[in-house]
Amino acid sequence: MSEYDGLPGDWELVVGLEVHVELATATKLFSASPNRFGDEPNTNIDPVTLGLPGALPVLNEHAVELAMRVGLALNCTVQPSTFHRKNYFYPDMPKAYQVTQYDQPLNVDGHLDLPNGVRIGIERAHMEEDAGKSTHVGGTGGRVHGANHSLIDLNRAGVPLVEIVSRPDIRSADDARAYVSELRAILVVIGASDAKMEEGSMRVDANVSVRKPGTPLGTRCEIKNVNSVRSVGRAIEYEARRQIDLIESGDAVRQQTRHWDETDGRTHTLRTKEDADDYRYFLEPDLVPLAPSAEWIERVRAALPMLPAARRTRLSAATGQAADSEAVGSVVERGQDDYVLTVAAAGGDAARALVHVKEAFADQSATPQVPAADLAQLTTLELGGKLTATQAKAVLAEIVAHNGGDANVIAAAKGFEAMDTSSLEALVDDAIAADPDAWQKFCNGDGKAMGALVGLVMKSSKGKADGKLVTALLNQKKR
Amino acid sequence: MSDRITAADVAKVARLARLDLSPQEIERMTAQLDGMLEHFADVDALDLADVAPMTQPFPLVNVFRADVVQPGLDRDEVLAAAPAAQDGRFRVPPTGGVEG
Repeated sequence: MSEYDGLPGDWELVVGLEVHVELATATKLFSASPNRFGDEPNTNIDPVTLGLPGALPVLNEHAVELAMRVGLALNCTVQPSTFHRKNYFYPDMPKAYQVTQYDQPLNVDGHLDLPNGVRIGIERAHMEEDAGKSTHVGGTGGRVHGANHSLIDLNRAGVPLVEIVSRPDIRSADDARAYVSELRAILVVIGASDAKMEEGSMRVDANVSVRKPGTPLGTRCEIKNVNSVRSVGRAIEYEARRQIDLIESGDAVRQQTRHWDETDGRTHTLRTKEDADDYRYFLEPDLVPLAPSAEWIERVRAALPMLPAARRTRLSAATGQAADSEAVGSVVERGQDDYVLTVAAAGGDAARALVHVKEAFADQSATPQVPAADLAQLTTLELGGKLTATQAKAVLAEIVAHNGGDANVIAAAKGFEAMDTSSLEALVDDAIAADPDAWQKFCNGDGKAMGALVGLVMKSSKGKADGKLVTALLNQKKR
Repeated sequence: MSDRITAADVAKVARLARLDLSPQEIERMTAQLDGMLEHFADVDALDLADVAPMTQPFPLVNVFRADVVQPGLDRDEVLAAAPAAQDGRFRVPPTGGVEG
């Protein structure tokens, strides 16, 4: 099921993603100012952040540990690393360089498996510092173009980042979206980042090119400013079509950085790659090499929690639902899979519990307030035919509204009692007799007519009949 | 003139560093930079096959700081030192541009 259109003809999409995530540390990468989103502008600044003369950076140990978690969760090799200066002039980085891991990144050669089984290679996941935030004043829509001046907030400057660079292994907009969503789930589960795209703590740049299958890679464009999981796919597909149109009309794709505009659904030229890319990297003389010991790496690896893929497999085994089903996916994403398993352990039916948690617990935390035993009891009543699916839903709504409750008591209070099949069959016969016209149409395959008959049974049973059972009985009688 | 560094190299580095050099200055810098590189050429002449590359003169790795917040600088004091400020932020000329 795709919400994207796909590419025309036999064009193949080739995408690599660069994802920046802000690490969930208390302080910045090289200084002790708070790493906190949403504070008053320029209140989390210090001599290192401002690049004042003589200020010296000191590496945040916890940031290194979180970066190793990211690498290990993505099956990377953790290796000794050094920091470089990436030189460029931009007011959001007042010292005129960004400190980053260049030719010796901390994490290399990993992979991430998408829920559909496709494996995406991870080239590297390196540490670097974030830049400050520019607000462009004047011009249109807060963009750089046409601005009169810019206002700079350096609270974000120096915040620790990990940049996760995938190999160009992604072949569809859906897989790109799945990659971002799975990566996000991993980052959250391991506590490395809150990975909120809307707050900018996770940012996605996409390298997009197109080619005919089996031919060399085409010229790529880098798409920036992709601000939601959904727009990842939209931006990629728009850009691929733009490139195909260029090539098919006899033009060539120019290597560029392009800006995704969410409002008009298009990408725009940001800058053409020329010597803007000449960053004159050199080793940061103010920092010594980073060389995590094997013991430290193993300690971090051993402390990793169960990752989303393993959680989905576990929940799938317990409930009988496919690991890539929507129910399993969203319950694991909410971290409520442990809860479903607790319900099962309390004697409940895991498959019914999964459905209820998926449907009714969307607003709840990973540890819902409703006692697992209450939900277990509900699924037992349902499974034993004491409650129809519709009735169970109503009882569940009560339970959720009160953070718990005895399903038997609630069902009794609502006047729910199960109907046995024989009395139901009598009601079905009555319905057929009451509307022979609908029955005739139903026998001729008119689905709407069935609705009318089911409606009659529901009415005469005062809503207690199980809709599925009524349908089954009608179908039985048709033969 | 040597083949180690050319006037074009110097002009490019100057542009990247936002330095506005006159042709005379470029000529002078080219000669000076070339002289510096000559010293490195002496190192190049040595057989260093058995010497591990040194990224730092100090025999240190893993110098860390605990992830604990310390007081920083006062915003008003810092902004007062900037050429221009507005709404608690540094005010700077417009930069870069989206071409369309």
